[in-house]
Amino acid sequence: MADVTLDTPIAAPAKPAVPLRKMLHNPAVLFGGTIIVVVLLMGLLAPWLGTIDPTAINPIARNKVPGAEMTMRTDTGERIKMTAKFGTDSLGRDVYSRVVYGARVSLLVGVSVALISVGCGLLIGVLAGFFRLLDAIIMRIMDGLMAIPAILLAIAMVSLFRSSVWTVIVAITVPQVPGVVRLVRSIVLSVREEPYVEAAVTLGTSTPKLLWRHVLPNTIAPIIVQGTFICASAILIEAILSFLGIGVPPEVPTWGNIIAEGRQVFSLFPHNIIYPGVFLALTILAVNILGDGLRDTLDPKMAKRV
Amino acid sequence: MAGPVLEITNLSVAINGGGDRPHAVRGISLKVGANEIVCVVGESGSGKSVTAQAVMRLLPKNAMHVEAGSMRLEGEELTTKSDAELRATRGTRMAMVFQEPMTALNPVERVGDQIGEVLEIHTALDPRERRKRVLEIMRAVHLPDPEQMIDAYPHQLSGGQRQRIMIAAALVLDPALLIADEPTTALDVTTQAQILKLVREMQGRKKTGVLFITHDFGVVSEIADRVVVMQLGRIVEQGPCEEILRNPREDYTKMLLASVPSMTPPKRVPVSGPVVLQTEKLFKTFGKRTLLRPKARIVNAVIDVSLSVRRGETLGIVGESGSGKSTVARCVARLVQPTQGEIRIDNVDVAAMKEAKFRPMRRRVQFVFQDPYRSLNPRRTIGEAIIEGPMNYGLSRNEALQRARDLMAVVHLSPESIERYPHQFSGGQRQRICIARALAMEPEILIGDEPVSALDVSVQDQVLKLLDEVRRRFDLAVLFITHDLRVAAQVCDRIAVMQRGVIVEQGTTAEVFAAPQHAYTKALFEAAPGRNREFFGGKANACAPGRAP
Repeated sequence: MADVTLDTPIAAPAKPAVPLRKMLHNPAVLFGGTIIVVVLLMGLLAPWLGTIDPTAINPIARNKVPGAEMTMRTDTGERIKMTAKFGTDSLGRDVYSRVVYGARVSLLVGVSVALISVGCGLLIGVLAGFFRLLDAIIMRIMDGLMAIPAILLAIAMVSLFRSSVWTVIVAITVPQVPGVVRLVRSIVLSVREEPYVEAAVTLGTSTPKLLWRHVLPNTIAPIIVQGTFICASAILIEAILSFLGIGVPPEVPTWGNIIAEGRQVFSLFPHNIIYPGVFLALTILAVNILGDGLRDTLDPKMAKRV
Repeated sequence: MAGPVLEITNLSVAINGGGDRPHAVRGISLKVGANEIVCVVGESGSGKSVTAQAVMRLLPKNAMHVEAGSMRLEGEELTTKSDAELRATRGTRMAMVFQEPMTALNPVERVGDQIGEVLEIHTALDPRERRKRVLEIMRAVHLPDPEQMIDAYPHQLSGGQRQRIMIAAALVLDPALLIADEPTTALDVTTQAQILKLVREMQGRKKTGVLFITHDFGVVSEIADRVVVMQLGRIVEQGPCEEILRNPREDYTKMLLASVPSMTPPKRVPVSGPVVLQTEKLFKTFGKRTLLRPKARIVNAVIDVSLSVRRGETLGIVGESGSGKSTVARCVARLVQPTQGEIRIDNVDVAAMKEAKFRPMRRRVQFVFQDPYRSLNPRRTIGEAIIEGPMNYGLSRNEALQRARDLMAVVHLSPESIERYPHQFSGGQRQRICIARALAMEPEILIGDEPVSALDVSVQDQVLKLLDEVRRRFDLAVLFITHDLRVAAQVCDRIAVMQRGVIVEQGTTAEVFAAPQHAYTKALFEAAPGRNREFFGGKANACAPGRAP
């Protein structure tokens, strides 16, 4: 009897579904991803996109409407005639150049905050989920951190330290970490009960190896999804901080401080706010759509529930 | 009534988008008469539950649809009914009892209201009359103290009581057809016996036709008038219970029946090897009262358990859920820390050893888990799973891989398949892989925690044979945890019966089966479905004793 089934066909060899291809077939991932890549390239290639120094002030060409002709001085000192594609602001700075350069700060802040908070959250969450003694202590600290509003923390940090991009990144990261910790901890708590984790224990696998091989891989998909949402909210918070004037130094162009700058003359020259606003909205929309798409492909169960 | 209650002709249910096969059920025809219990029996994937869902028109909407055929309830076609007509039919003329009584009941609604809901929807009774009817039906299904229980929530009831509530809700309007989809599978044997008795009694009361889905031939022999055997969406054969069980015509039925382990233990030579595993006055208590939580719930899962296993011997621990049998196994493997007592492996007490000191000993004690689908990491190839242990103990990757290939052959799988992932294997194959993984550690003690209870009966048979084979080949001491007396009879040299954390009886399998001493052991044997029946070949009693065929 037994011998008959020895040769029971085993399902055809196949690698476990490669999510990358599935991801690229998802329209949300494709759409969001494309926009982000475009914004990213825009930030990286800013100097070659027909921009001039975004901080150059040109008092005679203040508050030009989009498409107006103006004369600007280049880095080397020669004067050139050019079209202000997006107009100029009340100090005569070229809005187009500022918007293009502004993408750098936004993306830097968004990506850094996402990476750092995911990294810290992963480490702390795994520790909290796997070691019961640490759990109570860590989670109470996290509860405490959650009570700190990002904006207040940023104001405090900027007044304590120099205002810089990294101050902003740290200030936004700290309140994001507890969310990641909670997510990771809950996954670890459920995975550690899986028989295959217990099986590894009976095989004498040491705790660090156990975490690395059997527990951590389960957190990757939800973490990627969570990371994109953190990225979106970090970009937004950075813009808010810059708008309030407590973010990056005022001479660095960001979408937030371009909007802030244009606020006083908004009723007369709305282009100061509209162009950076559109870019900000589009970027955040793209990151969120990308996150939704990733969730659909990486975590179908969660997608159904939402 | 002249016609059958339910008549299914040529029913085909297609799987949308096709799974491993285009049809879940293909061209089946069967009848259920009034006052008749028809058992549909088959292994997983046979389409038996789909049949039940098709009749209730409860097929998962996007996944399957009825493609062809007709289903007539008391002569009335069901396939063409509109949703509104179906709603009027469900509950009044046909009703269903599900497998899992906890999830089938709404946890936040009182059980009385859940039964009353049926009356509220289908009758014009006022609340007072409804309550009276609910109490009546609760009494009829022998629920203790219905006046109290009617206002209870599902979590306050035991599994058996919940299933009685389900049956009460299904039968409160005396439907002509009752569909029961594995209603006793999630229950302990003693509870199962009571529920089976209840189904028979309730069915006799109003001459209900019952379509009873099960995978267990013991249950079939207890309850069925007629039997329908299904395989891969088709009916293999059907006929009166007695005829099918005694003289099956088809090979598949014969194979299924032959796979049901016998209740009679085979003759065994007493094992005289050295004792390798011994527990002495082992206790495990969950929960702890502390200063902060003076009223914390304390569960004494294992109480004063002393047992020993010799080399080459299989000790079975038998008991119902909550008896502490798994906890004993997990204490021995040190997956949980025993509260008190000794666990001696080769005369070394490991009960209180620190994990770091115990780790070198882990190699000697290996574990095979119940659920083959969850005991292998889905992200790692089975080769990686098998070599993980040996590599932890210093074997080089190549040596470990060689050992893995050899062991794949030992468990009758092809050595090349170590490159594959767990999802490419069936349940039985995965359990073989788990055995190979355990053997790769060259253990002395193998613990099986219900290793075959998630498997189909024919696969179960093969895995049991394999376990027996490796025990002999590697001279292993086996601690075998099971709730199934038939399985225990076949594989164990000695048996320990556990109830509420205590071993109530211990002895050789032959002794315990021939003359159980303790009242609880007797009750267990009494409740085992089809206990007097030897399937295929042995002496057989009448089907569903006490009923005219």
